[in-house]
Amino acid sequence: MISLPDIRAFFLRLVRPIDPFLLGIALAIMACAYLVMLSASPERMSAHTLNVLSALVVMWVVASQPPQRLNTFALPLYVVGVLLLVAVALFGDVSKGARRWLNVGVRIQPSELMKIAMPLMLAWYFQKREGSLKIRDFLVALLLLIVPVGLIAKQPDLGTAILVLGAGFFVIFFAGLSWKLIVPVGVLGIAAVVAVVVYQNQICAPEVQWPGLHDYQKHRVCTLLDPSTDPLGKGFHTIQSTIAVGSGGFLGKGWRNGTQTHLDFLPERHTDFILAVISEEFGLVGVLIITILYCLLIARGLMIASNAANLFARLLAGSVTMIFFTYAFVNMGMISGILPVVGVPLPMVSYGGTALVTLCLGIGILMSIQQYRRRR
Amino acid sequence: MAHGEQGVGRILSDPRPPTPDSLLPTLQHMELKAPEQELSRFRARVAAAAVLVLVGFGLIVARFVYLQIVRYDYYATRAEDNRISLLPIVPNRGLITDRNGVVLARNYSAYTLEITPSKVNNLDDTIDDLSEVIDIQPKDRKRFKKLLDESKNFESLPIRTRLTDEEVARFIARRYRFPGVEIKARLFRQYPMGELASHAVGYIGRINQKEMAAIEDDEDLAANYRGTEHIGKTGLEQSYEKELHGITGFEQVEVDASGRAVRSLARTPPVPGNNLQLTMDAELQHIAEQAFGNRRGALVAIEPGTGGILALVSTPRFDPNLFVDGITPDNWDVLNTSLDRPMINRALNGAYPPGSTFKPFMALGALETGKRAANTAIHDPGYFVFGDHTFNDDKKGGHGMVDMIKSIIVSCDTYYYSLANDMGIDVISEFMGKLGFGARTGIDIEGESVGVLPSPAWKKKRFKKPEQQKWYAGETISIGIGQGYNAYTPLQLAHATATLAAGGIMYKPHIVKYVVDAQTGARRVIEPIPEADLGFKPENLDVIRKGMVGVMTSGTGARAFAGAKYEAAGKTGTAQVYSLKGAKYKEGEVTERLRDHALFIAYAPAHDPKIALAVLVENGGFGAAAAAPIARQVLDYYLLGIKPTGAVADDPNAEPE
Repeated sequence: MISLPDIRAFFLRLVRPIDPFLLGIALAIMACAYLVMLSASPERMSAHTLNVLSALVVMWVVASQPPQRLNTFALPLYVVGVLLLVAVALFGDVSKGARRWLNVGVRIQPSELMKIAMPLMLAWYFQKREGSLKIRDFLVALLLLIVPVGLIAKQPDLGTAILVLGAGFFVIFFAGLSWKLIVPVGVLGIAAVVAVVVYQNQICAPEVQWPGLHDYQKHRVCTLLDPSTDPLGKGFHTIQSTIAVGSGGFLGKGWRNGTQTHLDFLPERHTDFILAVISEEFGLVGVLIITILYCLLIARGLMIASNAANLFARLLAGSVTMIFFTYAFVNMGMISGILPVVGVPLPMVSYGGTALVTLCLGIGILMSIQQYRRRR
Repeated sequence: MAHGEQGVGRILSDPRPPTPDSLLPTLQHMELKAPEQELSRFRARVAAAAVLVLVGFGLIVARFVYLQIVRYDYYATRAEDNRISLLPIVPNRGLITDRNGVVLARNYSAYTLEITPSKVNNLDDTIDDLSEVIDIQPKDRKRFKKLLDESKNFESLPIRTRLTDEEVARFIARRYRFPGVEIKARLFRQYPMGELASHAVGYIGRINQKEMAAIEDDEDLAANYRGTEHIGKTGLEQSYEKELHGITGFEQVEVDASGRAVRSLARTPPVPGNNLQLTMDAELQHIAEQAFGNRRGALVAIEPGTGGILALVSTPRFDPNLFVDGITPDNWDVLNTSLDRPMINRALNGAYPPGSTFKPFMALGALETGKRAANTAIHDPGYFVFGDHTFNDDKKGGHGMVDMIKSIIVSCDTYYYSLANDMGIDVISEFMGKLGFGARTGIDIEGESVGVLPSPAWKKKRFKKPEQQKWYAGETISIGIGQGYNAYTPLQLAHATATLAAGGIMYKPHIVKYVVDAQTGARRVIEPIPEADLGFKPENLDVIRKGMVGVMTSGTGARAFAGAKYEAAGKTGTAQVYSLKGAKYKEGEVTERLRDHALFIAYAPAHDPKIALAVLVENGGFGAAAAAPIARQVLDYYLLGIKPTGAVADDPNAEPE
């Protein structure tokens, strides 16, 4: 016989780890995703629902763990992740010109694991070195970051490499990497981008080989610089998604009325290019709503980081929060034609279970940290 | 506390040179730090991250504002262009019928098997595989190769036409094996009467690159020919292309990224091409063509009161149906290399000396210019002496005393030698020029030849060396009997005869009587207004008519027209192909190709002409023997409705002129 107090206790236990603010924003974003998915790819609704439910369960499970437990997972998760990446490089399955998968009965993609394992590992490392941080520690952290990122970039999977790099970089950034390193590197980076844009004709000439990058990566950058050079080939995605965005105007063409979307001009409209569907059908208004939701999510995440109980939690929360930014920024830049097409989904909107679970796991981590925050 | 205050500020603006340790200035003091110090440093980083987020999203939003607000119009247009495709709907080509409605050119629809070369990897393999499903003959392959050479390779080209229903079904069942191959339902041009009037009707063929370039030069034309694959190449099909083609319709369809039409948005129906109703009488044409048998030649029959062409024959003929889908190389070789030159339209492009058929016009010229009176008689001793040169008459010993009417009836050469001498070349060429000799008649078929109307001015233009450019008075003499430099098309001869028959009123020759709107049936009359009234005096015309009627009753045309139930006016002619110096011409002794051309002109009935014609039989020998009997059959049918039993045979007993 279940008594009323039992139900109440169960309910409290269910609700306790949840940060209502974060959950609210996440659900709002997912609701947007539902609306768009219903237009872009209604046949995937049930699969998407299943993905959402699994992701929410993962979120709750992680949220109900104390951050210290995550701490114990950091090192083994990272080591396993790197070993798997090495295994992929040696024995991985090749598909569409990339070696990204490992067949261990089921096909797994170890690079996905690194999105969470990387910030965990670095946060764990800085936590361990807390109080005696030397420049050497930053070099070690950089090494811990570069090795897996290099392995992923080599697969090649530029999108995931950027996300893992972003996640790791923000841990180091929050740990206090000197501006004297950040500013020159940033300036150099911007200068390099400007140089590439200015000299695109020379460096995009067919005979020019780019050191360290694959040909397809070079093509992506070059077609981004001038999509019209290859309108039906590699520039097609960029051109068509830019047309979808531009033709949406301020208010959009209306739900399910996107011509670019529904006449198959948009590639990958339910996954990486779903923002183009939003832009086309809901216009600038839709883009602003999504952007504001991400800003709120990130603001809440940073607030949680500021109030976190210890260095590990702080660094982890800050970095996980910034993962959302990296995702959203790269995806939005890609859709609007200012970044190359690198295969980064729009966080919590694009169809795809793995990314959704990873991101909700991140939200779960934030909730857990919030629950065990610093008490005054 | 002092260190804590330094925090972020010192990191951002440390005046001291950096040492390895100073890269982490605050961290040296972590052992001493209060948690609040570390926290505020961390919070500074969080603030920096927040700034980064705002700047990043700000950039993104700026980009979206640019695309969606600033460039909205541009991208909205691009999206529409993506979405909407204009599919041309080719109009039905107009029909061509004779004056009584007999169909000479029409359309029928049939299935074709077409290959788009750009979508096929290996053409030969594909055709080999196809031939296992559908019967493909070597001639189909040859024709396809020829089309391929002439085409732009993104259009689809027929490998087989006129598929049977069974072949269509067989292919459709195996369609998946043949990407880039499809079955299309198309309208085909058909000439149901085959070779009948092939030179007049002409044919259509696939648009070649040169024609395509011309079409693309004109924006309106280019729009109207989207989707059109055939164009008139010769004859009326060519000259009335604009009328026959019609106006291409368009269907606005929404297409997806692969170019498949998803739904129709709007449709502008095509306007079918106008039909042509001809002045030509198909039965008359048939009788005229049959009369030639297998001889080479031309016949042009004109209605004198309108200029309407009743028959326009050039033999040998060809089957225009061979050209519609691209002629096979074998067929083309046969037509192109034949010594008989069937592709040449002799009626418009053959230029022949008119021989004695020129004499009635010479006589009229003399009367009109007052150079000689009708009753002035000359003595014909059988030759004419000019300077130290003697011009022989056909009749040894001469015709005795000859006046104008007799000169026409007996075709007296001597009379016309002296007449030409009296008139002089300038008077002759001016008068003949008025009758249309040596000028394009303006018939509604393209490419007619000018011929040669000899004159001092012409000679000066024609030759380069000064001694050749001079006109010699002796050259005028043979002009008088239609020889020398004279060279006219059978059409010009028929045109002048019709003008004579119409009493000097000149009508532009034309084959199309009406242009008929295929939808409303409204007719636009082509029948022309007179081009010129040459103002011939009736009494002069009367003299010529008497002479030409005399030809038919008691002269060179009498045998061919024996027993005719109508009064005809005519003149036979024989034109030298090869000059036999001094030697008397003996028909049997020269090879066939060097035999004289036989000519005949006539109009009838003599006092109310309904028809005027000119007949030419290449290497036919005497006009009376070879050409006049053809004219008899044509006139008999046209005036009396009498159908002949077959081709005419040469009359071995006909008189020479």
